[in-house]
This record gives sequence, C-alpha cells and structure tokens, in this order.
Amino acid sequence: MAGIERDEVMRVARLARLELSEDEADRLRGELSDILAAVSKVSELDLSDVEPTAHPLSVENAWAEDEPRPCLPLEDVFANAPDRDGDLFRVPPA
Amino acid sequence: MTGAPDTLRLSAEEAIDLVTRREATAGELFAAYRAAIDERDPELHAFLTVCDDPNEGEGIPIAVKDVIGTRGIRTTAGSRILESYVPVYDATVAARLKAHGLRVLGKTNTDEFAMGSSTENSAYGPTRNPWDPTRVPGGSGGGSAAAVSAGLAPWALGSDTGGSIKQPSALCGNVGLRPTYGTVSRYGVVAFASSLDQVGPVARTVRDCALLYSIISGRDECDATTVDVPAVVLPSAEELTGMRIGVPRELNDAEGIEPGVRTAVSAAIELAESLGAHVDECSLPRSVEYGLACYYLVAPAEASTNLARYDGVRYGLRSPGDDFREMVMHTRHDGFGDEVKRRIMIGTYALSAGYYDAYYGTAQKVRTVIRNEHAEAFERFDVLLSPTSPTVAFPLGAKSADPVAMYLSDLLTIPSCVAGLPGLNIPCGLSEGLPVGLQLIGPQFSENTLFAVGHALERALAFDLVPTRYRL
Repeated sequence: MAGIERDEVMRVARLARLELSEDEADRLRGELSDILAAVSKVSELDLSDVEPTAHPLSVENAWAEDEPRPCLPLEDVFANAPDRDGDLFRVPPA
Repeated sequence: MTGAPDTLRLSAEEAIDLVTRREATAGELFAAYRAAIDERDPELHAFLTVCDDPNEGEGIPIAVKDVIGTRGIRTTAGSRILESYVPVYDATVAARLKAHGLRVLGKTNTDEFAMGSSTENSAYGPTRNPWDPTRVPGGSGGGSAAAVSAGLAPWALGSDTGGSIKQPSALCGNVGLRPTYGTVSRYGVVAFASSLDQVGPVARTVRDCALLYSIISGRDECDATTVDVPAVVLPSAEELTGMRIGVPRELNDAEGIEPGVRTAVSAAIELAESLGAHVDECSLPRSVEYGLACYYLVAPAEASTNLARYDGVRYGLRSPGDDFREMVMHTRHDGFGDEVKRRIMIGTYALSAGYYDAYYGTAQKVRTVIRNEHAEAFERFDVLLSPTSPTVAFPLGAKSADPVAMYLSDLLTIPSCVAGLPGLNIPCGLSEGLPVGLQLIGPQFSENTLFAVGHALERALAFDLVPTRYRL
C-alpha cells in the first residue's frame, strides 16, 4: 500500500457521508496513508488455513421468548429529536 | 459523622462500612465526594457532568464514563454530536448500579467515542493526570481513572475496546478490569467496536474492583452477546502458592518499554515468586507483532458502521443542509472530531468494495491466530503478566500530532482484547515519580483468578495510591 490518492479520500468520504474541507482532505490523505501502511502488516502472514474470528465467544442464537413488552412512549422517542412532525421525524427533502 | 471522610484514602469497601455502621449516611458520603470534586476537578477536568445528589438508594457514590447512557443525565461520549443528548433510558449497567443503591456522582471525560489513549480527543478538552497535571491520564477512560486516583469517586465505570480501562488505570495508578467479552451488558452504552467493547470497573483496590464487577456482570436479555457468569469470589489469600504465571517475552521486551517500567514490573515478578508462584517465560510471537495492525482494522471498520447512526435525524446534532444528504454530511462534518473522522475513513475504506477481503477479512483471520496463541499459553499458565503500558503518563500534546505513535500506547493491551480475554491492571510502583501499571491476563471467564493474583500482589506491593502532591 504505497499511499492513498486525494480522489480516493473523497470517494471514501462520500461513502461515509462525511463532508471534508480542503484542508481536512489533504491532511487525511497523509494520515490515512501512514495508518494503512502500518495496518497492512496483517498481509504478511500465511493465513490460507485460518478461519476468521468475527466474535470472541462461541455464542449461537441467543433466543428470547417472543412476548410483547411495552416500548418507549412516543414522547420519549422524540425527546432528543432535532425536528418532528407529529409522530414523524422531519428531515430536509431528499 | 465525625468529620468528613478522607476521600483520597477511602476504599469503596470502607465507604460501604461507614454507611453500614451508620457512621456516615449515603448523603454525607455523596457530599464529601462532591466537595472533593469542587476542590480538585477544576484543575483535572475528570468530569463532563456533575450530578446533584439523587437522594435515592442507601449506597455509596460512583462515577460513570460518559459513554454509558444514564436516564435524565446528559451523555455525550466526549463528542459535540451528542452535546445535548439526554438519554430516555438507563444502560443496563447504570440500572444495575441504581438497583444496588449506588448514587451517580457524574459522568467522566473520555476521548470522543472512546477513540484515543490520552483523553485529549475529548471535544470538551483533556483530563489531566492527578500525579502531574502537565501529563495525560491515559485514555480513553482518563476521566474515570483520574477521578478514582484523585479521590473524586470511590470507584467508577469505564469501557474498554483496546485498553481504555487498563491503560488509564496504569497511568493514574489504580485498579482497572477489562472483563471477558460477553460478561457485562453493553445495552445502552454508546457503541464503538461491537466485537471488542466491554464495560468494566475502575477502583482503588482489587477487592473493590471484584465487588463492582459482581454488581454489573451477568446475562442481560437486552444484549444477546452476554452470557451467564461464574459467581464472583472476593479475594482474600495473600499467597500465590502453586499459581502458574507466564511472562510473555514479546509483551515484556517490546521496543519502546521504558527502563523504569521494566524495572518496576521485574520487581513485581520477583515478588510473585516469593509469594509462591511458579514463574516462567513464554512467547506470543505473532500476537504482539500483528495485534496492533489487526486491531486498527477491526475496530475502525466496526466503528464506521456503528457511527453511521449519527445522521442528524433522531437525536444528536443536526446541521443545516438544503437536502437530506447535505444535512447528513454537514452534521457529521461539524459533529465529529479529527480522530473519529480518521477512524471512520479507515474503517469505511477497509470495508469498501475491493478491499474488504484484503483488510477486514484478513484482520479477522489474524484475530484467530492471536486467540490460538493465547489459548496455547494458557495450557501451561493460569495467568500471563506484563507491563500494561510501555510508558508512564506522557506530557499533554506529546503524541497528538502522530496518530500511529499514539496507537502504540496500546501495544501491550490490545492483543488480549482482540482475543476477548479479561485483563486486570494493578499499580506496581513508580518510575520518575509516576505510576507503573502491571497487566494480568487470564483465559476467558478467569476473573476470579485475576482477582486472586492481583490481590496477593497488591498486598505485597503496598503501593500508595494517593498521588504524591496530594499527600499531607
């Protein structure tokens, strides 16, 4: 991983829904290149026979009884909402 | 009560005794810690929010890291994006504290979304180390660790993804447990990297740490990763007869470990032998060499998906935008700090089409290698021992310009976190007048063994937890 181009930084920022200023994009290009160079070390190992670990415990299918329980009252659900319209969250037009 | 208790010296057990023997009321204890906060926290900035006495519960006070949701108490995760967020429900761990009568003193400072090793990434300014306020308290849980060491709280909750409980406890000179993955509920806790995040206790003694762990641990049906946990045994033995302690070469000889740290840990190893433990060298060759790289792929990848929820729609900051997409992008630009943006970018990149297998997929396989290496070591040993942090507390600003240098602070804590193993930090001495932390790592669910070894060492070491400059 030799480095990451500025276009690539902007592509990833769009995927992450992050607006970046010009300065931020320039700084991140250098920082991300350094970090990716460091983490690319994982590719040095021969891992052909190794299974991935997604989760450190071997817990499978934690079942719960399918019983209805009270959920949060709507007033609580909207208590932190930036904007609301009745029982809906209001957002700018898509 | 005859005079206010000395909060700098009082353990949680002693505080509980005061209340039980009716030598102090829960309200008087709360007031004593509030007075300590008023006196010392303007300099330290361990707390982001200080609470009024809830006057509920007959228990002692506790401080709670600000990534843990507390009903009716602002919970910021150290981020601007949650600056005015007031949870409408309690995290399971917060509910368990209340069920035990514990009174929440306040919410402690943290690196933004627990991403950092110095608490300098908090949007609300850094916390300072009680031993030397020109130095960092470690991170991300620098607020909880500083609060306990400065006598601002008898104990506290932290959270640990790659060392955020153990490393600050090492740098502030107290006891911190990262429990086995799955033993403590994360329901209502601000998520960072879900296959790694754990909540755990920060305390003045190993017994206090065990007691708090017993309060918060156990299966919670609101967190499907939790499991039933063995009953907690409060440690009392002062010997280590028959205990097999492994000293992994790579964790003890890693480049960058300061000579003073090495000296203090070596002395503790000799002490363990004198208490009857069998001590021998062992090796975790790939865990240390590849642990950091593995972690800094897995954690940012999971963080990038967890933090997708901060979109300005349901709670948290919303910045203006002409359309929905612009609103979301502006909100995230304005609400997240530099380190969070870096990790979201790394994680998004590592998960994006064409790179997933090379980065995240490979890191998950490395994780298996690290788990297996630890499992092999535990065929021969009950616990593994090493320094917790390669260095003592470093000056504010010393590493903030170089993200990779900052990441190296967690070199010794990360491998066991990646493997899902519990780890306990206890203070083992001073180097240049600053605390050195010793890390004990055990197999999954071996908390009782860690408590037993930690307690015996703690008694023999007789480390004075009170920061030198506060001693009379």
